[in-house]
Order: sequence, then structure tokens, then C-alpha cells
Amino acid sequence: MIGELNSKVPSGPIEDRWTNHKFDLRLVAPNNRRKFQVIIVGTGLAGASAAATLGEQGYNVKVFTYHDTPRRAHSIAAQGGINAAKNYKSDGDSVFRLFYDTIKGGDFRSRESNVYRLAEESVNIIDQAVAQGVPFAREYGGLLDNRSFGGAQVSRTFYARGQTGQQLLLGAYQQMMRQVRQGTVKLYTRTEMLDLVVKDGVACGIVVRDLVTGQVTSHSAHAVLLCTGGYGNVFYLSTNAKYSNATAIWRAHRRGALFANPCFTQIHPTCIPASDEFQSKLTLMSESLRNDGRIWVPVDPDDTRPPDQIPESERDYFLERKYPSFGNLVPRDVASRNAKAVVDQGRGVGPLKNGVYLDFSSAIERIGVEKIRERYGNLFDMYERITDENPYEVPMRIYPAVHYTMGGLWVDYNLMSNVPGLFVLGEANFSDHGANRLGASALMQGLADGYFIISYTLADYLAGLLGTDPVPTDDPVFADAERSVGDTVARLLSIKGTRSVDHFHRELGKIMWDHCGMARNKAGLEKALSEIPALREEFWKDVRVLGGAALNQSLEKATRVADFFELGELMVRDALHREESCGGHFREEHQTEDGEALRDDENFAYVAAWEWTGKGNEPVLHREPLKFEYVTPTQRSYK
Amino acid sequence: MSGASNETIDVVLHVWRQPPGGEGRMVTYTEEAKGISPDMSFLEMLDVVNERLIAKGEEPIAFEHDCREGICGSCGMMINGQPHGPQKGTATCQLHMREFRDGDEIYVEPWRARAFPVLRDLIVDRSAFDRIIEAGGYITAPTGSAPDANLIPVPKEAADAAMDAAACIACGACVAACPNNAAHLFTAAKLQHLNLLPQGQAERYQRTVAMVEAMEEYFGSCTMHGECQEACPKEISVDFIAYMNRDFVKAQLKNRKLAGQT
Ligand SMILES: Cc1cc2nc3c(=O)[nH]c(=O)nc-3n(C[C@H](O)[C@H](O)[C@H](O)COP(=O)(O)OP(=O)(O)OC[C@H]3O[C@@H](n4cnc5c(N)ncnc54)[C@H](O)[C@@H]3O)c2cc1C
Ligand code: FES
Repeated sequence: MIGELNSKVPSGPIEDRWTNHKFDLRLVAPNNRRKFQVIIVGTGLAGASAAATLGEQGYNVKVFTYHDTPRRAHSIAAQGGINAAKNYKSDGDSVFRLFYDTIKGGDFRSRESNVYRLAEESVNIIDQAVAQGVPFAREYGGLLDNRSFGGAQVSRTFYARGQTGQQLLLGAYQQMMRQVRQGTVKLYTRTEMLDLVVKDGVACGIVVRDLVTGQVTSHSAHAVLLCTGGYGNVFYLSTNAKYSNATAIWRAHRRGALFANPCFTQIHPTCIPASDEFQSKLTLMSESLRNDGRIWVPVDPDDTRPPDQIPESERDYFLERKYPSFGNLVPRDVASRNAKAVVDQGRGVGPLKNGVYLDFSSAIERIGVEKIRERYGNLFDMYERITDENPYEVPMRIYPAVHYTMGGLWVDYNLMSNVPGLFVLGEANFSDHGANRLGASALMQGLADGYFIISYTLADYLAGLLGTDPVPTDDPVFADAERSVGDTVARLLSIKGTRSVDHFHRELGKIMWDHCGMARNKAGLEKALSEIPALREEFWKDVRVLGGAALNQSLEKATRVADFFELGELMVRDALHREESCGGHFREEHQTEDGEALRDDENFAYVAAWEWTGKGNEPVLHREPLKFEYVTPTQRSYK
Repeated sequence: MSGASNETIDVVLHVWRQPPGGEGRMVTYTEEAKGISPDMSFLEMLDVVNERLIAKGEEPIAFEHDCREGICGSCGMMINGQPHGPQKGTATCQLHMREFRDGDEIYVEPWRARAFPVLRDLIVDRSAFDRIIEAGGYITAPTGSAPDANLIPVPKEAADAAMDAAACIACGACVAACPNNAAHLFTAAKLQHLNLLPQGQAERYQRTVAMVEAMEEYFGSCTMHGECQEACPKEISVDFIAYMNRDFVKAQLKNRKLAGQT
């Protein structure tokens, strides 16, 4: 049984909390660090930065990724940028303002102390990245350039063309490879973690499968760090990379780690609408486009004229109309919901009437086509390559798509889960974004966790283990876990049913999108709760995975989709229990008169942390109350 | 305006099939590659073919892909003898079927290079690239030791050129395109990204030697065919190879004690 959740949040003035906490944490002396074995799963921004830092400090690190090289992690795809409260533009930014914006943007469902620390560390990330050679955009004078992004009223976003995630990841990857060279980090590629090993309630290692040979083996350590990214692919169609999955965190959940706020999903407003049923994934168009593009639909649902022939008076710039002060720059959840509303009214555009226009013609008139090309050239090219339409001449068509998951494994202020020895970093944890994440803040969080937080908090944990050896891999706990992994693999290969893994994944995605997507209601969620287990049962009876254990991509997918089924069900449960609307979680029963999310702080100002209680049993809910001492919860208003 | 067109095309696919640890051969798929929408990406076309193969009880074609946005570098295959296919500056995942006509025969093969052994079907092992980075593809910057980011201004031109080089996605098309299987474009891009920046100067020459030597351990030599630049989905310029060669020569001559006084 899990008792009271202790978030270990320090007290005192918020601006001193992290500094004081660091001083209070125990240290591991440099000569003792090599006595500790640390496992890191994942080499995205969170994992690579943690591996580089811990390796540099002298710990023995093993790092695992299912990719062929660490640099392919999904972080590579981030386009827009990374926030930092540098205030280089002297436009009134500060650590407190970034903190305030993030708390408010998250709709008051995150911890103040964590978010303040994130804002504090943001400035160090930029320094670190520049020292590594990350080629951020510069002004003519040679100083760093910034832009405003995703609804921020200050310019605090640093960027490297449309490839910020790529460049930050390469920076972290290269630092990690330096440690591989020095022998402190040992790298395992094409190796997938399929179970967490826990002995006497403490995390002591992992079970992995070599994706080339199919061999299942164990690795033990003093601590395990999961940096395995988000679970947006539970919806099948999302902007996440195709391989992104929840298996690592879901396996840890089944071994006792609490899963927090699973239903908090971010739907990004600016993606290319699906074109047919073969669509394999959705492509994000960077949010920065909303700085210059204007979003509209025709007033008349039956208007079939090409966009340039629809006069101004017959266009509805619905965001500008409803939110005069933020206009097209309202936060993501607000922009997405409004796009859905107009499409649901039948006013969508494009052959399937499933999009809204993002129109650059006034910006082109104002600043010229060259300026627009300079700002968004590669995005426009990408759009044209996919749709065969030229956005310099015809407005883009966009529609919201699943993009990011704010939920994840529950962690305390030290980034440790409720299972001692298991730490969770980056998108895989639930920590900093509440019910909605601001643009350009995920990169910031992944790197803050990996470069600047974990080395302090992990040391405090390890200090208590000095002189102990990791549990040997011939201990029965490892054999048991290996057997369970082997059984699952063997079972999937032996079903020999009639339907492909993708078929089941698509069906699950449809249920999730229809009932647990941008708008949710009780009846729909209850329907999903009956449909998911039925589909899961069918999966386990009828899935067709051909071939053997060696390099088998259908098998890889099958192990992941099996976990998505269980996670999907938990997401629905969480959405059903949260009888309020907040951020990306919109319950139709709970809205203001003009259709905005209506929070219920009296009853739901808490983190919902779910405990796995065995297959077929209902999970148990644990609540971590949220206290707001510095930002008073208000109804968000972007009018 | 296109969007979703109703017409579909039929193509004939010839695909390299090679089981793990076994011998490979070309296999032709005709029925499976019918009724393809021109709006599909090349990989979505392969998805459809794979679904049909699974329905028939045949193992799907193995190919690597992840982001499907042209940035992760996972995808990559020879399409009609060209790395990533016919569209310039486009990775396989960004290639669309509207580049093909009804009745086209399409030959799909893995990268062919000694340093990239085939693991299965279209999947190759590109880990030799990681060995080049490991040898010296970084700026030593221990966490926490960095000065304020605006302390050293970087001329915009240098930052832009570094970014041009840093755009490499390590897909391996350059190696596959080169008659000698050289990795000069990859190595030069990685190297010059760092060598062009003020932060990269302290280790410039040792980095150059270390990376070039690691490269030579795995890959062929460059005889200036320029095929790599043509094949690169990020259109990285062969000029970077010239810069690399220049730095390599300088590194050989350099009195290391004077390295800081370039
Ligand atoms: C298209 C797109 C654009 C984005 N743009 C921005 C942006 O502009 N700014 C911003 O701040 N954020 C952006 N985001 C969000 C941001 O990119 C991600 O939240 C962030 O990069 C996640 O980093 P991570 O290190 O937590 O995980 P990831 O980068 O997803 O890395 C996960 C790692 O874990 C490994 N892994 C996972 N499971 C296993 C397992 N079982 N075994 C072994 N290895 C495993 C993977 O191989 C990978 O190495 C964007 C996201 C998308 C989808
Ligand atoms: S799949 Fe990522 S580059 Fe093609």
C-alpha cells in the first residue's frame, strides 16, 4: 500500500527554495562516484543530457535506446524553440514572469516550486548549449536572437532555424559521446527496455531485449532513470515520431510507480489535416506561424469559393474576434478547441472540410514575401511537399492534432517516483506543465531535468547507498522479470491471428480520439471504457505477428500497442473522474457561458496519481493537493 | 489546388528482401502495389504494401523510419538507384507518390556500403557514424562551466554557416551515393559545424585529426565525384569537404603550441 504522497517540496521564499534544497542534499565525493552504477533509458534531450552530466561527474552510466543511434530520439523533431528567462530583449521578462506564465498556462494544475526551479534553470540551459556549439540564430551584431512564441507577450524563445530540437539534441548527444569515449558511459543501441526490476520495493535494474538478435537480458544498477518521452501515440495519429511509445513508463507503472494525470494531453492547433485513411502520422507546422498567419473560416458553411475569392466581410477570423488582446496567439488548448468548434459547425475548409485557414496574405503585404521566406521558408517548403499547395499563394490548411502528454509518471521534487531508486525525467514525468504546456517549454524541461537537477538529487539518493553493491542479475527477481518478458514475446508470436498490429492500433486510436480527445463527456468516456477492454481482448486473440524474435518490427510494435491498450484505459478513467475542465482536459459538462474551460479548484486542485493494482482490477487514486502561494488561481482570460 | 485526389496509380515494386543473417534477393510485388493514392508518402505506400503482405501471411518489408518529417535521419533507401529517390533535397519519408506515374517500376534497395552491413531487408547498420562522433565530434563543455551565452558574440555569417553544416541528419545517403563509399560529406559537415564557431577553436585541430582518422578506419576515400551533395536530403555543400581538407593539412603542419594564435 502506498501512503501519503510526499512531494518533498521545500518551504521558504520561492526564489530560495532550490538553492537551499541543493545545499541540504547529500553529496557523493568524486572518488566515490565510480562505485555507483546508474542506468538511463532514453537518449532524447532528457536522457542524453543526464548521461553526459553524470558521466562527466564520474558515475558509471549505462544508457539504452531502441534507436540505431542516440541522435534519432524524438526530441530531434522539435522545431520552434526553447524558452529562457534571459531578458536579452529588455522587454520585461524575468524568472518570475516565466514562472507565472507557465503556472497560468498550465491552468493551475502544476507545482509552484517545480515550475519556479524550471524558470530559474532556463537561463543556464542557454549558456550550456552555446558553449557546446549549438548554432542558435543570431542578430547581425552577433548576439543571440529571440522570438515570441506560443502566446508569450515577451520575446524569450531561442531558436536554431526550424530545427531547434535537432540542434539541442546534437549538443547533448555529442557531450554524451565524449563520455562514451572516456569510458564513463556505455551505450546500448537497438536495445529496448521491456521491464523494470524491483526488489523489496526498490528499483534495482531493467530487463531489455536486443532488437537485432531478439535476446532478452538484464542489467542491474543502484538507480534507474527513465527518460523515455511521451505517450501521444496512444492516439495512433499524432505528431510524435512513429516509434514513440509508453512501454518503459507503463512497465514501471505495473511494477508500482504511480501514473499522474494520464488524461492531460496537448492537442496542437497547427498541424496539417489528415488527407485519407492511410495517413500514418500528422505533421506539425510550427506554432511560430501563428505570429504572422491569421486563422479564419468562411462565415457561410456552404461557401465553396476558393479562399482568395471570399471577401473580408465574409470571413470569420474567429480567434481575433473572440480574443481581441491575444488574437491568433492564444494558448494551444484555446486555439485548438476553437478550431474544432468551427469545424464541428460545418465551417471547415479543404476537400474533407477538416481544417481551418492559416493565411499569410496580410503579413506578406505588410512585410514582403522575402521576410516571410526568411522566417518560415523551410516550413512552407515542407507544407508544399506534403500537400502540393503553395502557401505563399494559397492559405495553409491546418487542424489540431495530438502533440504532447503533460501526464506521466509521478515524481517528487527530486524527480524520484514513489518507487525508491526510480527517477523519471523529461516528457515521461508529469512534473511541470500542469494541464497544458506552453510552447517551447518541453525542450527547456528536458534539459533542466538532465543537466541541472538530476545530478544533485540523484547524488542525495546514492549517498545513502555507499558501500552497497547493486542486486546481482542472477537474483531471482531478474529471472522472474526476464521470464515474464519472454512469455509476452512468445505469446505474441504464437497467436497467429488475422489482423495486423496497425489495425488494432488504429482502432484504439479512433476510440481515444473520439472520446478522450479534444472534448470529452461522461457518456463518451463510459463508452470508451467498455470498448477498449473488448478491443484489447480481441487483440490478444487475433493479432497477427509473423516471423520470429530477431529483428521483427511487427513484434516491436505489438509489445508497444499491448501497453497502449492498458494506458488508454487509464487515461479514460482519469478523464472520467476529473469532473472539471482545465487546460487540455475539456469536459463538455463543465464550461463557462462562452464555452471556456471551467475549473473546479475547490474539488480538483490536485494531482491525480493512479496506482496499478493488477490486471483486471480498478486502479486506486491517490491525490497530491496543490497549493498556490505566489500565483492566485484565476479563470484564465485571453480576451 | 490538389489536396485529396481521387485517382490512384498502380506501380510495380522490386524490393530487396533479406532475412536476418541470411542471403538477400530482389522480390517483385505487383498486386500489392496497386491503387496507390498520389497523396501518399512513399513510406505510406510501403505501409499499404506491408498490410497487404501481412494479410497474405507474408512477412512485411522491414525499413527504418521514425519522424516521417525529414529530420531524424532514420529512413533512407535506394529508390531506382538514387538515395532517397528522385526528388532533390528530400528524404524518403518526405517523398510523395505524386512523383511517380501509373505503371512505373520502382526498384527499392538498402544503402550499399561496406561500413553499413544489411541487418534485414532495407535496414542497415550505420553505427560507424557514431564512432566518428565519439572520436572527437564535440566541444568539451562540462555541464555547469559555461559563461553567459552572450559573452562571446558570434558573427551571424559564422553562425549561419555552422547551421548549414549542422543540418546534417546522418542518414547515410552521402555514403550510399559515393562510388567509393566515402563518408567525407558527413564528417566534414559534423566537423565544420564546430570548427566554424569561436567556441570550437580550442580543439579545432585535434578534433579534425581524430575525426578524419576514425572516418578512414571505416569508409572509403574521396575522389571528388560530388555525388554526395546531389544525394543529400539537406543539400549540404561539398565546400565543407574542402574546409575539412584544409583544416586537416593545417593540423598536420601546425605547431600545436601555437594553435591558439591562428
Ligand atoms: C513535432 C514536434 C515538435 C515539437 N517542438 C517543440 C518545440 O519547438 N519546443 C519545445 O519545447 N518542445 C517541442 N516539442 C516537444 C518536445 O520535442 C518533446 O517533449 C521532448 O523533446 C521530449 O524529450 P525527451 O527527452 O523527454 O524524450 P524523447 O526525445 O522522446 O526521447 C525518448 C528516448 O527514449 C528512448 N526510449 C523510449 N522508450 C524506450 C524503451 N522502452 N527502451 C529503450 N529506449 C527507449 C527513445 O529511443 C529515445 O531515445 C515538439 C514535439 C513534437 C512532436
Ligand atoms: S523518417 Fe525521419 S528522416 Fe525520414
